[in-house]
Amino acid sequence: MGGFDFSNHSRNAALHAQGFPLPTATSTGTTIVGCLFDGGVVIAADTRATSGPIVADKNCEKLHFITPQIWCAGAGTAADTEFTTSLISSNLELHSLSTGRQPRVVTCMTMLKQHLFRYQGHIGAYLVVAGCDPTGAHLFTVHAHGSTDKLPYVTMGSGSLAAMSVFETAWKGNMTRQGAVDLCSEAIKAGIFNDLGSGSNVDVCIITPEKATLLRNHITPNEREKKMRDYRFKKGTTAVLNQKIITRADISKYVTVHELDDGTPVAAEKMDVDT
Amino acid sequence: MSSPFSINGGAAVAMVGKDCVAIACDLRLGLQSLTVSNNYPKIFPYGDVYLGLTGLATDISTVSDLLRYKVNMYRLREERAISPQTLANLVSSSLYERRFGPYFVSPVIAGLNHKDGKPFICGFDSIGCIDFAKDFIVSGTASDQLFGMCEGLWEPDLGPDELFETISQALLSAVDRDALSGWGAHVYIIEKDKVTKRLLKGRQD
Repeated sequence: MGGFDFSNHSRNAALHAQGFPLPTATSTGTTIVGCLFDGGVVIAADTRATSGPIVADKNCEKLHFITPQIWCAGAGTAADTEFTTSLISSNLELHSLSTGRQPRVVTCMTMLKQHLFRYQGHIGAYLVVAGCDPTGAHLFTVHAHGSTDKLPYVTMGSGSLAAMSVFETAWKGNMTRQGAVDLCSEAIKAGIFNDLGSGSNVDVCIITPEKATLLRNHITPNEREKKMRDYRFKKGTTAVLNQKIITRADISKYVTVHELDDGTPVAAEKMDVDT
Repeated sequence: MSSPFSINGGAAVAMVGKDCVAIACDLRLGLQSLTVSNNYPKIFPYGDVYLGLTGLATDISTVSDLLRYKVNMYRLREERAISPQTLANLVSSSLYERRFGPYFVSPVIAGLNHKDGKPFICGFDSIGCIDFAKDFIVSGTASDQLFGMCEGLWEPDLGPDELFETISQALLSAVDRDALSGWGAHVYIIEKDKVTKRLLKGRQD
């Protein structure tokens, strides 16, 4: 990120001072959870994105890739969770290339909290960071203002109370992998059914020192029933005043694109990599 | 006072069909309740990818021009046309750059992937969060009405002609229940080797 562009800010502030309300960003109302188990860590999320009371996306992805062994669940302003995690993902990749070491989860958490603290909570990203590194399996929460927690089981987002009630009821120490996946799924389901900001499906990511497994739509408890009949309109239903057909052949009169497909690979410089 | 998104009014919608996509917009430009123009299209072509922009009219022209510049630069640098997925990421990062001073626009993208010809649509909020949808995307002052219409009328694997009727009826019915949108509509049906642009007869009140 080359930094933010504030050139519209004074205009928008003047508009706001005149009484225009600020725009409503897409937020991931969200239930996100994480849980450590013997030999790894699990994170899970629901898949609803909201814009005020409107469901903007019924099956969005809230589990973000950071590194192959570190994943992040995001709540809060959807654009902020998306861009903050991808920024830190890029920086961690560069960091690991320069140090020649596997990135650590604490490093990721520290980079996230320092980035978020710098913006004093204006970047509305609430994250659950989980992963495995040479020092073991780790689970953290990071709040938008920059505070962090390190706990064996965590919940965040508007459905965090519903999800935490499941953890406080059923969590035990030394969980198995399957036990942790089931407990996290139950916690997300509590959010889906009891919190209006959360809904649709359960996504799960299991991270062990060997590999990370993303279970996209692990549980789909809210499948829409197929429509029994349809509302197809006959051709010619809509009154058309004018019609223009643009064919690809017409476009190619003005623009031509040639594929480099003579079998020879395009020459490129080899990148130097630290060993 | 009304939000910057509803000063000028307008609506846009995109839908996925079988080996085709559709994108449509209304034609109204207003200043609160006064209609200034009934010929203000909100869909902009970038090669064979189409971008719909609703929201504040000044930002619609600023953003469409800025993206035209960026897409032209991309084409010159890469010597190839921009794909819908790439345009989506370009729009997203351009909007997020202005996270703390956003453009008041809600973009919608529709196009076919160059490599496999797969339909692609997506929408954005004003700060660049991408909404990847497999069915339809709505935006503008009639978005609540469009959500209802699309949820009712859309079904998977509609052919180009059926998709045209579905998106047109969804848009016309939605804008008839929104005072700030309407006054005619443009509909684009994007297929593998041709794009059909139609002007719809809509209510003028």
